[in-house]
Amino acid sequence: MTVPKKTLMRRLHGAMFKLPLMITCEALEDFILAYLEDDLPRKQRLVFEMHLKVCRECRDYLRAYRAAMDLAKQGLEAESQVLPEEVPQDLIDAVVAARDA
Amino acid sequence: MNRSRDDDDLAALRTGDRVATERFVREHAAWMLAVARRILRDHGHAEDAVQNAFAAVFKNLEKFDGRSALRTWMHRIVVNEALMLLRKSRRGRETPIDDLLPDFDDAGCRIEDRWTTVETPESLLQQTQTRARISELIDQLPDNYRIVLMLRDIEELSTAEVAELLDMSETNVKVRLHRARAALKKLLEPLIRGQAL
Ligand SMILES: [Zn+2]
Repeated sequence: MTVPKKTLMRRLHGAMFKLPLMITCEALEDFILAYLEDDLPRKQRLVFEMHLKVCRECRDYLRAYRAAMDLAKQGLEAESQVLPEEVPQDLIDAVVAARDA
Repeated sequence: MNRSRDDDDLAALRTGDRVATERFVREHAAWMLAVARRILRDHGHAEDAVQNAFAAVFKNLEKFDGRSALRTWMHRIVVNEALMLLRKSRRGRETPIDDLLPDFDDAGCRIEDRWTTVETPESLLQQTQTRARISELIDQLPDNYRIVLMLRDIEELSTAEVAELLDMSETNVKVRLHRARAALKKLLEPLIRGQAL
């Protein structure tokens, strides 16, 4: 995979650190992770939140983005539960035997 | 996890006692298998990973310093073993994710259908078939993105830990995590919008 480091950095400096305080949805996209992890400096956070206030698309998008994360986490945990009685006996035997050896 | 419980487990284990070993394996094998299956998506490979992980646990028991909980330490070990097997079994090149990323128009404005309602996981997960469907959809993520999402969002490792395990920069981990989540949103959208399966 190629990492668009330059583009990201250019956007960081170009879009966020300067006034005017409005950025495009496409520019906002690169700050979503930092926003959700509370990693944005106060001024950038303000710009991010201002965009959300005026942009229905990004609000809806972010809501669905979070919902997908929650659903994936809870869904996978529910789906991939392994009960103790489902652990194959030969796996347990192999582990114990390997330690004895 | 309870620290003194860990100490008891460890003391018995370190003697190499067979009964203690088997009890320990029974206690931990199920959750370790679940972790390995999520990463490897193959039951046979997952069992191999768990077997390797126990071997590594026993080998390094003396070195376990008790600074983290036993389970946390073992979790890192099984994740690592699963990743090693995944690398070995990987089917060739890394796949692009572009088709699953969000859409913007020429002016950089997001193209996003209006969301009137968003289904909650609680209501969606009541059906067993939905759970299976979620797994299938997550499996459609390219492995190089799926793994970052798994480790950060599902296994709850830190960005630094994921970067170290995958030998990537933290910046790269973050870029991939965000793209993986964006792709996940697109994949899970039909479910979240509450349409039929
Ligand atoms: Zn927007």
